[in-house]
Amino acid sequence: MKRLLVLGAGTAGTMVVNKLRPLLSDDEWAITVVDQDDAHQYQPGFLFIPFGPYKPGDIVKPRRDQLRAGVDLVLGEIDLVRPDQNTVDLADGRSLDYDYLVIATGTSPRPDQTPGMMGAEWRQSVFDFYTLDGARALARKLATWEGGRLVVHITEMPIKCPPAPLEFSFLADSFFEKRGIRDRVDITYVTPLDGAFTKPVASGLLAGMLEERQIAIEPDFYIERVDDEAKTIVSYDERVIPFDLLVTVPLNMGADFVARSGMGDELNYVPVDKHTFLSPKWDNVFAIGDASDIPTSKAGSVAHFAVDVFTHNFLQHVSGEEMTHRFDGHANCFVESGAGKAMLIDFNYDVEPLPGKYPIPGLGPLTLLAERRMNHWGKLMFKWIYWHGLLPGRRLPVPTSMSMTGKEVATTTTREMEKVQ
Amino acid sequence: MSLATVADREVHVDAEGFMTEYEEWSEELAPTLAANIGIELTDAHWRAIRFLRDDYRTQGETPTLRRVTTVGGIPTKELFDLFPKKPAKKMAYIAGLPKPAGCV
Repeated sequence: MKRLLVLGAGTAGTMVVNKLRPLLSDDEWAITVVDQDDAHQYQPGFLFIPFGPYKPGDIVKPRRDQLRAGVDLVLGEIDLVRPDQNTVDLADGRSLDYDYLVIATGTSPRPDQTPGMMGAEWRQSVFDFYTLDGARALARKLATWEGGRLVVHITEMPIKCPPAPLEFSFLADSFFEKRGIRDRVDITYVTPLDGAFTKPVASGLLAGMLEERQIAIEPDFYIERVDDEAKTIVSYDERVIPFDLLVTVPLNMGADFVARSGMGDELNYVPVDKHTFLSPKWDNVFAIGDASDIPTSKAGSVAHFAVDVFTHNFLQHVSGEEMTHRFDGHANCFVESGAGKAMLIDFNYDVEPLPGKYPIPGLGPLTLLAERRMNHWGKLMFKWIYWHGLLPGRRLPVPTSMSMTGKEVATTTTREMEKVQ
Repeated sequence: MSLATVADREVHVDAEGFMTEYEEWSEELAPTLAANIGIELTDAHWRAIRFLRDDYRTQGETPTLRRVTTVGGIPTKELFDLFPKKPAKKMAYIAGLPKPAGCV
């Protein structure tokens, strides 16, 4: 009996086991997935929680219920991977042996990594919205907040779901407008990037959207500390930004056991081949989803496209064949823009987000890189697709590799040249 | 991709002036590249630049600011003093490495 061990039953890990289970014979393969708890969270849902009511049952479901029959779920904290012995130690003393290991333990916000962030103002005037607790605490704050200086802040790249802080800013603008206090709120978007977003065409467009909404942008801001007495954030080059309400995206890091096991980079991400997800160091270790160091967005859509490629490759790899499928870094994200509209962006390792139609070239029904009501409905509908289509490993009617058909390339010629200084 | 002349030598650069061919760089080019962005090199600058060159050779990627601090052992604050405002980009520019990709 061969043993496939998957660490993490989140978006990527759940898809991996659910896709592979029907393809690997029950007589030859045992599939086990480990997680520290039995609560699978629909993370894209967190974004809306600060701005209104939500149904907890739509956002959190038991992990066990998302797994196919024939997949064992082990609940326990991972202490150490011993890749030279093909063993994983759990904190409670249990050990799990494997023939093949897939690390899918994602990335987590780490407010403890920035001095002062978790000080006296944490969850008083300093909030995150990437955790269920944080999003709910922020909802309570926003419901009664009287206005002042709102600072939306990104600590350091990479972060999971990179458009989320922009979406948060757009939704906040709409929210305060609706509450009739927009004129009493001053919104500043503070980022370590040199513009609104990571890719030039989208960045230019999103910067315009910030400007239209009178949201100021402070680029190239690399935070040194939160001064919770003065209620300011301070950068390494000594810029000081005051806040009444700080909504921050803390430093994102991979799991600590990755570092303890000597398998990670400086942010605990597992280095793997960006086209196959195989570790260059251990021939039976893969990392997929946010846990890996591949240079594309940390997002569920990436995990989805990645798992499609991985499944084929894994079957080849375990049969001793060469892996012939190559991941192109494909990502797509809905970008909620407030007032019931959203944009959609679609890109990969080599091609930045461009305007066009998706998923059917020329027809859509979704429109790339433009604010549309239809895109907003797409984003809301995605929650159903996530639980009922994506996690169970059903085929979705979207291509795995990014397609240039339906995209308008001409706009890239207007790309602004940017100086180093 | 285009050609630029740095210290009388032709090198390949991208649209923003970052050198794109690792082997085309040598230490003689660094003072000119640094001067282009208003920096005069000291031993402290060289320590960072040499780390970047070595790290790129083994990793195949321009290191992030965090990596220069945690692996290269140079405090972030010092990097901001040496290469004001945009240390990650400025170090890469002087070291003849591609623009840091850390932003995806």
